Amino acid sequence: MSGAPTREVARRVFADEFNDASYTFKESDDERAPVYVLLPTGERANRIFVVGTLTETEDVGEDSEYWQGRVVDPNGDTFFMYAGQYQPDAASMLRELEPPAYVSVVGKPRTYETDEGEVNVSLRPESISKVDEATRDRWVVETAERTTERIQRYEDDETNEYAEMAREEYDLPVENYRRTVVGALESLEEEQRDESEATV
Amino acid sequence: MTDLRTHAEEIQEQFSDQLDIDVDDVVERLETLVEDYQVPLNEARRSVVSNYLDEAGMERDQLGGGGGGNEHVQVAEVDEPEQWIDVTAKVTELWEPRSDSVGQVGLLGDESGTIKFTKWAKSDLAELEEGKVYDLGNVVTDEYEGRYSVKLNSTTTIEERDEDLEVGNDDVTVEGALVDIQSGSGLIKRCPEEDCTRVLQNGRCSEHGEGEGEFDLRIKGVLDDGDEVTEVIFDQDATEELTGITLDEAKEMAMDALDTEVVADEMSEGILGYYYRVTGPTFGRYVLVNDQERLTDAVDGEAALIRARSI
Repeated sequence: MSGAPTREVARRVFADEFNDASYTFKESDDERAPVYVLLPTGERANRIFVVGTLTETEDVGEDSEYWQGRVVDPNGDTFFMYAGQYQPDAASMLRELEPPAYVSVVGKPRTYETDEGEVNVSLRPESISKVDEATRDRWVVETAERTTERIQRYEDDETNEYAEMAREEYDLPVENYRRTVVGALESLEEEQRDESEATV
Repeated sequence: MTDLRTHAEEIQEQFSDQLDIDVDDVVERLETLVEDYQVPLNEARRSVVSNYLDEAGMERDQLGGGGGGNEHVQVAEVDEPEQWIDVTAKVTELWEPRSDSVGQVGLLGDESGTIKFTKWAKSDLAELEEGKVYDLGNVVTDEYEGRYSVKLNSTTTIEERDEDLEVGNDDVTVEGALVDIQSGSGLIKRCPEEDCTRVLQNGRCSEHGEGEGEFDLRIKGVLDDGDEVTEVIFDQDATEELTGITLDEAKEMAMDALDTEVVADEMSEGILGYYYRVTGPTFGRYVLVNDQERLTDAVDGEAALIRARSI
């Protein structure tokens, strides 16, 4: 798939919004057509890019290795990811990495319904790599900007079909995600202040 | 007098926004001046244009083109068709005309970049030579599928300049996270045949078959900023700079592991998932990386915070 001109953009989204994105759809009837999750701020996502703190890894597989990773964003919300034999590179990264560590993850959104009828959203990683704090900080600001842009398009652009879809499918006010953005940036600011004080 | 008609059509074009001029009428006026009064053509044209300027209540410098008051522009600034402009540019390439109506076709370049030019066969202008710099007066801009070009016509003036000109490039700059390193990256082998640089697949060139191959380094990556994806290619130098691994080191790694794949794996560690800004020319859908920078400076979230609070 990679290399094709139609490669899907990796959306930037905080965990709070991502975990709410339980509605999935396809744009065509073709069996191989990409599956999108609908972000509540009115955008489709077939791939996302996350940089955060890997806090825990665990082999949750029964017969074969199946690794779960938890990556936390500045709001303390968690992205869940699962990698097994079909994602050997990502699985071996989760096996080898020692939490806590800053990691970047490129992956596909996946949803599954629990026995209680709840829809859980997780990430099937294409790649996981170790990065530094500056990269994490850059991602936080970038994700804040992209999310703010989505919220503005949700509110102002009447031709925004995915905003329309989000209004129909979800009962989730976008104000929630504006607060998510503010919260993430405030905690980033706080971290940076603490660090500069610590170095004085 | 087709020549007079060409001028007449251009005059009509110049006034097309302001006046509804009949070309035949212009031809007649020019004819009177040129043939009856023996006025030189450029003077006749000037006089006719003045008449129309009076009629339209315009000043000469409001005129689109032709009247000697053209804007002198850089080729990369051309962003509108049917503008009459002057350029100073070097002929960087001459191509084989595909039609008899085309006298010369190729690329003109100046500091800002390059633009395609066409010179009509019937316009009877001096031949342009590759590598020479010219002042070109009164050329018309054109657009096809979003790409601009200039047309030299019978009113175009060509003066060779006795100087060279540094032709700028049309480089683009892209920023984003390196989200993927594609297959065909790392240590590769290229076909050793002359003028063939194809990458060998399982030791075979698709054109020349089985061959020894010459080692090279390359990274085909994807930069993604959350809105757009751009495929980028790092050549050997750029790959060495990006990864800190030289061609010799890469060969050694592959030799130790008896596998060239290890090189790409080793390289992706420490670059995948980081943010980069790269600059270079585009080639098809790829950007060929000439300059690169990893974005490591501390980011300030203040502006984003103010914006998020304000909505």
